[in-house]
Amino acid sequence: MKGIPLAALLGLIITILFFLMAIFAPLIAPYGMSETVGDVWEPSSSQFWLGTDNIGRDLLTRMIYGGRTTIFVASLATILSFTLGAVLGFTAAVYGGLVDQVMSRTNDLVMSIPTLIFALVVLSVMPVTLPVLILVMGLLDSTRVFRLSRAVAVDINVMDFVEAARLRGEGQRWVIFREILPNALSPLVAELGLRFIFAILFISTLSFLGLGIQPPGADWGGIVKENREGIVYGISAALYPAVAIVTLAISVNLVADWALNRTTSLKGGRGG
Amino acid sequence: MHPIVKLVTQRLALGLLLLFAASVLIFLGTQILPGDVAQAILGQSATPEALANMRAEMGLDRPAITRYFEWLFNALQGDLGTALSNGRDITESIASRLTNTLFLASVAAVVSVPLAIFLGLFAVRFRDRWPDRLISAITLTSISLPEFLLGYIMMYVFAVKLSWFPSVSTINDSMSFLEKLNAVALPALVLTLVVLAHMMRMTRAAILNVMQSAYIETAELKGLRRFNVIARHAMPNSIAPIVNVVMLNLAYLVVGVVVIEVVFVYPGMGQYLVDHVSKRDVPVVQACGLIFATIYIGLNLVADVVSILSNPRLRHPK
Amino acid sequence: MNDEFQYLLNRTARGKLDRRSFMGRAAALGVAGATAGSLLGSAALAQGPRRGGTLTMGMQGGESTNSLDPAAAQSQVPFAYLKIMGEPLINIDDNGNLEGRVAEEFEASADAMTWRFKIRSGITFHNGQPLTAEDCAQTLRRHSDEDSQSGALGIMRGISNISTDGDTLILETSTPNADLPYLLSDYHLMMQPNGGFDDPTAGIFSGPYKIVDNEPGVRHTFERFEEYWDSSMGHFNAIELLVINDATARNSALQSGQVQLVNRVPPTVAGLLGRAPGISIQTTAGRGHYVFIMHCNTAPFDNMDLRLALKHAINREDMLDRILRGYGSLGNDMPINASYPLFDNTIEQRTYDPDQARFYFERSGHSGPIDLRTADGAFAGAVEAAQLFQESAAAAGIELNIIREPNDGYWSEVWNTEPFCASYWGGRPVQDQMYSTAYVSDADWNDTRFFNERFDSLLYEARGELDLTRRKELYSEMGRIVRDEGGLINPMFNDFIDAHNDQITGWVSNPNLELMDGLAPSKMWSTE
Repeated sequence: MKGIPLAALLGLIITILFFLMAIFAPLIAPYGMSETVGDVWEPSSSQFWLGTDNIGRDLLTRMIYGGRTTIFVASLATILSFTLGAVLGFTAAVYGGLVDQVMSRTNDLVMSIPTLIFALVVLSVMPVTLPVLILVMGLLDSTRVFRLSRAVAVDINVMDFVEAARLRGEGQRWVIFREILPNALSPLVAELGLRFIFAILFISTLSFLGLGIQPPGADWGGIVKENREGIVYGISAALYPAVAIVTLAISVNLVADWALNRTTSLKGGRGG
Repeated sequence: MHPIVKLVTQRLALGLLLLFAASVLIFLGTQILPGDVAQAILGQSATPEALANMRAEMGLDRPAITRYFEWLFNALQGDLGTALSNGRDITESIASRLTNTLFLASVAAVVSVPLAIFLGLFAVRFRDRWPDRLISAITLTSISLPEFLLGYIMMYVFAVKLSWFPSVSTINDSMSFLEKLNAVALPALVLTLVVLAHMMRMTRAAILNVMQSAYIETAELKGLRRFNVIARHAMPNSIAPIVNVVMLNLAYLVVGVVVIEVVFVYPGMGQYLVDHVSKRDVPVVQACGLIFATIYIGLNLVADVVSILSNPRLRHPK
Repeated sequence: MNDEFQYLLNRTARGKLDRRSFMGRAAALGVAGATAGSLLGSAALAQGPRRGGTLTMGMQGGESTNSLDPAAAQSQVPFAYLKIMGEPLINIDDNGNLEGRVAEEFEASADAMTWRFKIRSGITFHNGQPLTAEDCAQTLRRHSDEDSQSGALGIMRGISNISTDGDTLILETSTPNADLPYLLSDYHLMMQPNGGFDDPTAGIFSGPYKIVDNEPGVRHTFERFEEYWDSSMGHFNAIELLVINDATARNSALQSGQVQLVNRVPPTVAGLLGRAPGISIQTTAGRGHYVFIMHCNTAPFDNMDLRLALKHAINREDMLDRILRGYGSLGNDMPINASYPLFDNTIEQRTYDPDQARFYFERSGHSGPIDLRTADGAFAGAVEAAQLFQESAAAAGIELNIIREPNDGYWSEVWNTEPFCASYWGGRPVQDQMYSTAYVSDADWNDTRFFNERFDSLLYEARGELDLTRRKELYSEMGRIVRDEGGLINPMFNDFIDAHNDQITGWVSNPNLELMDGLAPSKMWSTE
């Protein structure tokens, strides 16, 4: 942790705070999540720090619980999509030939159907529960990760040091995890930060279509949506969750950027 | 045959095969949508008699496989059938919707793609200094906002408060090119902000990735100007991931803009598709799905070919 | 206010001075813009209708699947364009009375089983063809045909024979029906040449405007039909109807002056929008109601104690306040309110009573959570309303489990299928039709699965009863039966909330449907 730049440190602290808030939500929240405690869209006051929402619930409470759901679902979906997408992508690149063709084309096939229709069809025949939601989001997103990781790995796979490893008689698994993975990390880590944000936005899009988190629960995107009609009249209820999403996104990506720098210098050391 | 020509031909053939597979998948997908078109058209006020009449009239009782081949055969001849819900010719309706979608996507792409790549190069040039951080912060903010929120904010500022652009982007054939451009200004701006960050960040990351290579150091030691080193030497070797991300975002501009179309009332494909999905108007959903798949597979093909051409090692396999 | 200003005002209202120069000169006289604008509005109203100008309106409720065939209409935009282009036999006027349109006069036989409608002479269709009694007969025949899939089929079913005699249309019913003329005001029943048998989607009608461009789900444009018979309608030269389904986009378009008239202002922002300069909010108490429905024949809702428990566990005042922001009125677990003729306002209002709810819940013997299905598309605020219901029921010890369904497919997969869900009813012009549509045992859409013999016999008795006092008593008893025994939980009736800016005027409240029963584009006029 030595020499961590200020920006990354800040990002790290905020990210950790958000995660802590998510974990301890029921202890921090001032009111019950679905309790109507005031009038509709009250401005912020000492009683309601962020004011109230579109039916008079405490917005801060909603935000804390909403953050919990958002962070939980987005994290799990991102982890799922990266593990699956990267491993399959590298495998396709390393094996090449028929394996690559079959995997890539299958992936293209899935990607060629618009995500919207896909989500609509899958979620309308399956019950909308958190595990299903995470699974659907993770799987749909993993196709994007697959494409990228395969593209990166194909380039690395023709590098001399990979061939050297092959000549040494290393197995494919060794090539994937020891040669390709460390060298592909930087674009992947940069992508990870963005994918995490996309996951957050994807939940809100699903809520927009009525396929997201079940009420009275909510995610940040859902809170934006519930209160969006007030935006053009200067009611800030929809802006707080948006600010929360932006803050979390920037923090995560400051950390990702730092990790990116670290891995590139690692590689520099290695390749040099 | 030159290996590249062979590779490209191979990819083209694969693309066609893929399209065929996609058509099957789309057809099956539309079959398992819950509810049926007769119920959806008549809605809450449907009587059982009216439902039965409509189902029989539409031939929903015939086997799926017969309907699939009929549909595919007609689609190949450019006849996408007629919409079940309002009896209009689908090819005709889609033509104008697709033109609108492509128009909006092109406007957004013409602005965002060069801008993203330039900003990416710029960020690398001033890596870890304030221009890099500023670009990074702005693009991250724009990408982290839900699209509809970004749309409403733009609408509030530029349409309601400043009255620079219209808040409703309805366009029609009687408008001149400039009028159309003015009408789509706000949605194009929002779309640009949405896709910019992703492309810019990938450009930056991919270039940084090759900046450590020995040949870059050589170029730097030769005393070339830093921006030249980045643009001429580092960039060509980072093209594969960049093209892939650009392609993904171009596809998004065509396929994924439903929310923006709703907010700005833009008569594009997304809105058309969603309306017909909710009416279970299967021929239209299939036609849209097929067009989206074609666009997607086409862009994919381009990205693949460019990746191959850009990598000397792939271009000249040992 | 000095004389010079008054003079300017009158000149402008008469169209001798344009709006921009009026505002400029008013400012020179020291009259603030907003004040001058609103004064101009009232002056224009006092001057009476003015011909000219183009109306641009933004509406929710249009899809690219919309058709010009009146039989297929069911959402707001088709309703609006049919009202703009078409004309029915009869309208219900601003005071709820019958007003002859295509039918000049009408009368019933003594037994209320034969009705004669004299068709107005001198009406032409948009294609220049004169309108005849035979065209009217054909129109009604097309909507009566079981194959027509017409939204008016339910209304037409009571008519056993349609014939003509010169310029008179004769309708015979199989049972006495005192309400028939009211039913004929339905917006599907627009007269078409040869009843639309040749081409139902041709868009040829006999109303004040004819269609120019038809882009379903995007825009519809119209120009005035110069041969229209009634000069008190059709003041604009042209109308452009834009489909703007998103409420925020619609209101922004109104505020930025891109459109002059919008429908469906969300109750949550109506107050805020009304504060914007030059914007008038128009609310109309209607018959539409936001409800939760239970299937009376499905466990656990087949238990009357459980139904009563749920009816007592909903906080109607709170819901009216939070969901509709007061733009509505309290419901009383029956589909009828004071907007209907022959409504009995002495029926006691049911209120939120957690103790009563707990008492009935315990007596029902049910335990465990009860699934309540909802969707944003069920009615505006349906998901939030379900959450309020969940909270108020929890206070009575009743656990509701909310399941949010996608909008998409809600009316086919959930409503009328699942035993407990959120729903919406638009109401009907008369009590008989509302009850016949959804509460009589063999109703097409008996969405509460309500089977009550006493109720059915009262309904049939009332239908043929020409003595209004007796009829009101019958309706009162039916209302009480539904309220106490039925599966309807009706917390609130919603108002229609429309809005327009000060570039148009002439709004008159009409209790039937939104946008002055769809006649706002034909009856309002430009102030510019």
